[in-house]
Order: sequence, then structure tokens, then C-alpha cells
Amino acid sequence: MATSSTHIVDHSSEIHWFLGKLNWASFPFLHDPIILATLLGSCLIGAAVVAAVTYYRLWGYLWNEWFTSIDHKKIGIMYMVLGTVMLVRGFADALMMRVHQALASAGYVGFLPPHHYDQIFTVHGVIMIFFVAMPFVTGFMNYVMPLQIGARDVAFPFLNNFSFWLTVSGAILIMLSLFVGEFAATGWLAYPPLSGLTFSPGVGMDYYLWSLNIAGIGTTLSGINLVVTLVKMRAPGMDWMKMPVFCWTTLCTNVLIIGTFPVLSATLALLTADRYLGTHFFTNDMGGSPMMYVNLIWIWGHPEVYILVLPIFGIFSEVVSTFTSKRLFGYTSMVYATCVIMILSYLVWLHHFFTMGAGADVNSFFGITTMIISIPTGAKLFNWLFTMYKGRIRYELPMMWTVAFMLTFTIGGLTGVLLAIPPADHVVHNSLFLIAHFHNVIIGGVVFGIFAGISYWWPKAFGFKMDPFWGKVSFWSWVVGFYFAFMPLYVLGLMGVTRRLSQFEDTIYAVYFVLALLGALMIGIGVLSFVVQIVVSILKREELKDETGDPWGGRTLEWSTTSPPPFYNFAFSPRVYELDTWDHMKKSGYEVPKSGFLPVHMPHYTSSGIIISGLLTVMGFALIWHIMWLAAITFLASVVWGIAHTFNYNRDYYVPADEVAAIEAKRLGSVPAE
Amino acid sequence: MKLRSIFILLCSALALSGCNLVVLNPSGDVAAQQGNLLIYSTVLILIVILPVMALTVYFAWKYRAGNKDATYEPDWDHSVSLEIVIWSVPLAIIVCLAGLTWVSTHRLDPYKSLDRVSASQPIDPNVEPLQIQVVALDWKWLFIYPELNIATVNEVAAITDRPIEFKLTSATVMNAFYIPDMAGMIYTMAGMETELNGVINEPGVYGGLSSQYSGQGFSHMNFDMHVSDQAGFDAWVENVRAEGHELNREAYVKLEEKTVAHPIEYFNGIQTGMWDKILNMCVGDDTLCLNDMMMVDALGGGGIEGLYNRELYRGLCSADDPEALFVMLRPELYARQTEIVAAVNLLPPSSDPTRLNQSNVQAN
Repeated sequence: MATSSTHIVDHSSEIHWFLGKLNWASFPFLHDPIILATLLGSCLIGAAVVAAVTYYRLWGYLWNEWFTSIDHKKIGIMYMVLGTVMLVRGFADALMMRVHQALASAGYVGFLPPHHYDQIFTVHGVIMIFFVAMPFVTGFMNYVMPLQIGARDVAFPFLNNFSFWLTVSGAILIMLSLFVGEFAATGWLAYPPLSGLTFSPGVGMDYYLWSLNIAGIGTTLSGINLVVTLVKMRAPGMDWMKMPVFCWTTLCTNVLIIGTFPVLSATLALLTADRYLGTHFFTNDMGGSPMMYVNLIWIWGHPEVYILVLPIFGIFSEVVSTFTSKRLFGYTSMVYATCVIMILSYLVWLHHFFTMGAGADVNSFFGITTMIISIPTGAKLFNWLFTMYKGRIRYELPMMWTVAFMLTFTIGGLTGVLLAIPPADHVVHNSLFLIAHFHNVIIGGVVFGIFAGISYWWPKAFGFKMDPFWGKVSFWSWVVGFYFAFMPLYVLGLMGVTRRLSQFEDTIYAVYFVLALLGALMIGIGVLSFVVQIVVSILKREELKDETGDPWGGRTLEWSTTSPPPFYNFAFSPRVYELDTWDHMKKSGYEVPKSGFLPVHMPHYTSSGIIISGLLTVMGFALIWHIMWLAAITFLASVVWGIAHTFNYNRDYYVPADEVAAIEAKRLGSVPAE
Repeated sequence: MKLRSIFILLCSALALSGCNLVVLNPSGDVAAQQGNLLIYSTVLILIVILPVMALTVYFAWKYRAGNKDATYEPDWDHSVSLEIVIWSVPLAIIVCLAGLTWVSTHRLDPYKSLDRVSASQPIDPNVEPLQIQVVALDWKWLFIYPELNIATVNEVAAITDRPIEFKLTSATVMNAFYIPDMAGMIYTMAGMETELNGVINEPGVYGGLSSQYSGQGFSHMNFDMHVSDQAGFDAWVENVRAEGHELNREAYVKLEEKTVAHPIEYFNGIQTGMWDKILNMCVGDDTLCLNDMMMVDALGGGGIEGLYNRELYRGLCSADDPEALFVMLRPELYARQTEIVAAVNLLPPSSDPTRLNQSNVQAN
């Protein structure tokens, strides 16, 4: 018997009028060596970064050119940076879980007490979905979509900056929970009543709620922004069916965001009310219904899966057609498949809890709707397949990721259909089979797609390609590591091993957990190589330089401008006649205009986004620790700042025609024409 | 790619030799049907997936840029016949799977009484299913045998080939009750009653667990299920009777305290109405029962006064006998009470089996 697991954490603490729940016991690193080491490591890295930025006098540059920037390209890049940083954190958690389970299954107690282990699997899920996958996907949509539709920015540039900083705010709160207090130990969807005040009285759940309350608003705002951009700001001539597939998937994703993130926010608000105001929406007693929460959270949660994967499908569509040097096969059916998936994704949420005991009719209905989704998804796969058919496939990194995706995702699709059959789900639900399935589609789909997208659009963003050697190291480590890490989990699931176990009473599972650990270590090499790849690429940027702006033989509008694009994207709005506009322009002998430039209308940068989000971060922290005076002050301050911002009429300016001419001349390497 | 195929081989070799894939090879008929369903549907899906994977590899190799012999048609992007194939083949598979899903979901509905003991043995109409009531506690399982008037903690026993009917609830957070060898899992939730029907066809000791994370002690929320013939079961019952003590209110309240890896415990008598009280979350001394509260609310709740004096109604009212409540809360409706009670439908779930499926306190 594990002695550590018999320790029940006591959360009773007084609320001080000034400090709220904060006291010396709130700092876990004072008694936990693992957290202390993490803290020291983070402090060292943090100090090094701060020192470097100070030494090179970059604070002003960062503030003026990046933090307050409302340029969709810079915001897109900042989303990618956020995703990368959080990926490292989320992966560290994954590694800890794998090591712990490998030890625990082999008969050792493992190195984490249950209360710590439970926080780690919770935070791993929350971070990977909300602060890794979402920022990456939003980053792509932000960076690429306006360029692909020939726009100069998104519809609401300030809102875009504000959305980003709200997401960062949520990420900061989660990171803070590592060192101040604790995180939720409830699983990543925090089902009540476990997540209610009775069973989780600690601040961990409050970190969860405020982090997602704040970040969720950011995502909703960003969704509205991108839909409006797509509806209103397409270049002249680009009707719906001439829009690149990535833009279609962006549209569908953001419609899903607008439809479902408010549900998430409302659900979490109700749970927050249960914890702070003494309501009984989701409690066991007084008429509360935890089942209602489970339904609501999955009404958001299932479309969320497609919010992540649809843009990734878009990335693969762009990559396949570019690297086969061929038109995408079945553009129209691709578009319809995307839209069908968008609609169907609202109708399947109950398949996450067939085992709750709904009747056979209800379960069959949701099982069958779930399977129907595999038809358009399958059609997409066939479309990529027949794009490769009679193509000229160049195996650059993005294409390698795409082929790996097509093979891996198919296996995930297979196990997904199995899980959609209610009686079959009853024996593998909540098991490691399920864990293997969703990592199979999220890593094999979303993560591979993110890497494909990064290596594909990196030259556009920075003007030089990524280093292929380290890219290939990362690729092979990820792909092989994935199979080693998750195939054993399928087997374990079929052996009846359930998820989230921190202790085992039987050692027969050890060999599989050790294999999985091996896989996780390989993925670790993949993550590291990715970071090394970025560093090496920057160091070798002269060697990898691309002067053309179109290094891959691209087909869509983002490749028609320079790399990196000028801050106004296009000196002239492109005129669109065909799908694959840039390919069509190249074939019809397009020449870059050298004269006749007009003033370009652009928005001013503003610091309101980061300041309001900063205030809301402090508010979130204050509410988590019940420091009510601070919460009130920061909330009022953010409202006042928000109102004051609306009185700022100096929002836009015109870039004079001469300046545009000068910038355009520089890219052409020629003298400006008079 | 080569590494991967080696790995898959390795994995299946391990899977075949070393371990027991209990989900695919269980000892109970329901779980066996569910396991078979996994296998059949895998085969069905492979019909479309294998060609796709093979074609992916083949096209990826054949149309590589280095292969100048392969045809290159950069503008070929449409083919009606291909489109028909790529939409209709998955559609056809899904139609088959949907049929399989509908039929199997209804046949293997956990709420449905079994219609066979095993593939070769039909149900004996004279044998009643063994009734077991299950309560998930922090972090242990309580099993009540209402017919035998005994109860156990973290150990359960059953008879080979005799169907078992579990009624389940939770005294704490959500858990899932799962005996991989017997049948699929079902959630247990406080104030709700779920149901699970299963059978075990071979004698033995089988593991059971909670398969829904429920907090710190979750990893140790396991129990053993002893399955033997009638004689073995009777001996087990005798042992429980001999070693046990009474499951009364005090004993239950003690059980409700949080414990990790709770030892096996036996009870040889159960206080009357215990299951109803557990289900209505009112075993403790000072709690108003869920069904009583609902009855009070259905009668208007007693206004502002009722909001602050819920204790007034405790003990006084009972959903089976609402007379006193009507006198107290709605004297003007006293004459119509039978009609109203029928309409609000608040009988406690297990006091009248014929009303079971309509009860509000039930999960579906």
C-alpha cells in the first residue's frame, strides 16, 4: 500500500481581509523538492531572458513593435511563440506522467503523490488544448488567412491584439498555479460534483475557472473578428468558391468558435457561481444537476475538437497541392465536406458519455451521427490522396508531415469509429484505449499539421527557410515516438486499464508503460529538435534565405507578396479571377507593379489590449485567492480603461504613397519609378 | 516507416504472448458480445482503411518528384466517377455500421434484462436475476444484497451463469462501475439510480474498478468479484453473516468518511429503507430526503417560511404518504391529493418496482 496516497490534503484556510487565502502554506515549493527545482529552473531561464532583453535594450522594441502591435502577422507570430512555450510546459507534464506510471506499474510507488499526479494530468490536458493547440491554430489563422484573401489586416485589429493578450492572461494564471497554490485535480474538463466546493475546496479549481473564463472571452472575440474578416474583406473577385481551402476551414472553425465558446463561458460561469456565490447549479444536493454540466461542457467540447482539426485540414490541403505542384483534387467536395463536418460536430456531444445511462435510442442516435462524420472526413482523405495521384511530390518537411498525418490519422479514425459504437464504448470508455485514440487524432492530426504549417509558412514570415536537418530529426522522433508512446496504450486499454491511475496493484502492465515512456522520450527528442531547429535556422538565416517570397512554388495569394510581407501586406488589393489565384497570376504573366502607388490606410498600434488584459490577470489572481479589494479595484480599472480607449479617436493613419513606393522599391531591388 | 512496422509486429507479438486482453476475451457473455463487436467493426472499417493506407504509401512513392516516368497532370482536379466512389464507399460502410450500432445498442442496453446466459444457453424463466445494490463511496464500493439482507465493502460475489441485476448510485462524486470480465461500465451518480445487467459464465476471481476518476483515492478503488457455483456462493454468504455486523445509520455514516484502500468489510443485516435513504441522500441525521424535498417543492415549497424551515418537513413527510404534507402546505388541494401525486410522480424509485421506469430520480 502506498503510504503517500493515504494523506488527504486539508484545504481549510481562513480568508484574511487583505491577503485573502494567501499565506505561507500557499507556496508548494517550500515543501516539495520537485516544484522547488522547477521554480529554480524557471527563475534561471526567466532571469536569463530578462537579462538578455535588457542587455540588448530590447524592451522598448518589444513593447512598441510587438506587444502593442495590432498587425495580424505579428499577433499571429506571438500566438505561435505562446504555443511553443506552453508546448514545452505541457510536454514536461506528459513526461512526468509517463515516468511516474512506468515506475508505479513496475511495483514502485512512483515519485509523485496522488494529489500532485492528479494536478499534473489535469494541467497537461488544459494546457495542451487551450494554450498549445488553440494558440497554434489561432496563430495560423491570424497570420495566413488575411494574406490569403488579399486583405491588409483583420476586420478589428485592436480586438485581435486584445484577444491575444486575454489568452496570454489565462496562460499566465495557469503557470502561476505551479508556484503559488495548486492547480485543479479534477481532470481537464473538471466534472462536478468533484470540481464543486464540497469536493475541491482548494484554489486549484479557481485557477482553472478564472484562467479559462478570461482566455475563453479572448477566443470568442477572436472568432467574431476572423469571421467578419472573411465575410467582409476578401479581395475583389474572390467569391466564396474561389477562396483557398484554408480560408474555408478558418471560416468553419470560427463559426464553431462563435457557436460554442459562449457555451463554455456560460457553463464555467455557472460553476464559478456555485463556488463563489453558493448557487446549486451542479451540486449533488439542493436540486443541482452535475449531468447538466457534463452535457454543456461537451456541447462545447466536441465542436472544440473540430475547431482544432479543421484549420489543420486546411493546412494539409494547401501543403498537398503546393508540394504535388497540382490543383487540389475535388475542391468543391472539400468545401462541402468541411461545412458538413462543421454542422455535424454540434450533433455528437453525447458520445463522450454513453456510459451515463441514457437509453438505447439516445445512445444509438449519437453513435450514428458520430459515424456519419467519418464520411466527409474520409472524403477529405481521399481528396488529398487523389491530389497526390499524377502529381510531382517534393518531399520537403511540410509534405513529410502530411504523409505521416495521412497514415497516422487513419488509425485514429478507425479507433474513433469503434468508440462511437455505444456497446463497444462501454468496455473501452475512460480506458487507456480512449487516451490512445484521442492522442492518435490530436498528435497525428493537429500536432503534425502544426509542424507542417510552421515549416511551410516560416519562410513567408521570416524570409528564410527552416533548417531541414533538425526538422527531419524532429519529424522522425515525433512520428516514431508517437507510435511507441501510444500503441502500448491501445493494448493496455484492451487489458482493462483505466485512465488517470497513479498507483497500480499489478505489475503485468509495466512492460507497456515502459515502452510508452520510451516513446515519450523520443517525442521529447522531437520537441527539443524543434527548438534546436528554430535556433539553427535563425543562425543560418543567410544560408537559408529566400529572396523570391515564393520558395515552394505556392498557389495562393500569401506567396505573391514579399517574405516577410510589408506591414500593409499588399500595396494594391489583388484582383482575383481564379481559385489558386497566385498560380493563375504567375501563369498569366503577372508583373509586380512598379508605380502608381496610393496612400495605404492603416490602424495605429495601441497598448490598451495588453493593459486591460494585465489588469484582468491581476483580477483573476485576486479572485482565485479571494482578495476581494484587489479584484474590485482591477476590475473597475479595466472597465474604466476600456471606456477611455473608446474615446481615443486617433486610431488610423495613411502611409504616404512615397513611403509605399520606397518599400516596394526595396523589395524589388530597383529604384522607384516616378 | 520500417521502424514502425517492426514495432507493430513487436506489439502484436507481445499482445498475443504475454498479456490477457480481457476486453477481447472476457468471462461473461455480455462483455464477450461487446468485445466481439469491437472485432467485427474493426474488420468492417478495415475494408475502407487498408486500401486508403496502401494507396497513400503507393502514391507517395510512385509520384515522388524524382520519378520522371510517372504521369504528371497538374490541372487534373476533378472526376465525377471518383467523387462518387469516395463518398459512397465510406457511406456504405457507415450504413452497415449504423445498422450494427442500432441493433447492438438495443440488444446490449445495460438497463435491459438479459435474454440469454451465454451463446449456447437461453435464459431460464424460473431463475430470477441476483439483485445487488451498489454504492460508490470515497474511495470504496458498498454492495448490498437486499434479498439476503447482507452487505459488503470492496468485495462482491455471484453465481456462475446466474444473471445479476445491479442498481447503482453514488454517495459522493461521479464514479463508473466496471467489471471488465462481466459487462461494460456504467456511471454512478449521487441522487440517481443507474442499472447494469450482466452475467459471468466461468467461476473465478475477477477484478472490478472505478473507471471514472473521482479524486485522490481513486487508484485504489478496486474490488474482487468471486464467482462460483451455488454451493460456493452460499458458503461465502454464510461467512459474511458470521463475520459481519449490522449496516445501520451509524455504520453507514462511518463508511462515508474518506478512506483510501479500505479493507474488505462485511455486514450481516441492513437497516430498513437503507437503499432508499442512500439514493435520496438522507442517511445522516439532519438531512431532508431528496424525494421529500421534491414533494415539498411540488406543493409550492411552503412560501418564504418553507425556505428557512425545511427541517419542519423532515420526517413528517414521505413521498409515499403525502397526506400530512397536504394538510400543512396546501389544505385546499387535500381532496385532490391522489390525482396530484400521480401527476407529479415522486414515488421513491425502489419502493414500487412497477413504477421504476417513470421515476424522476432515475438517470434516464
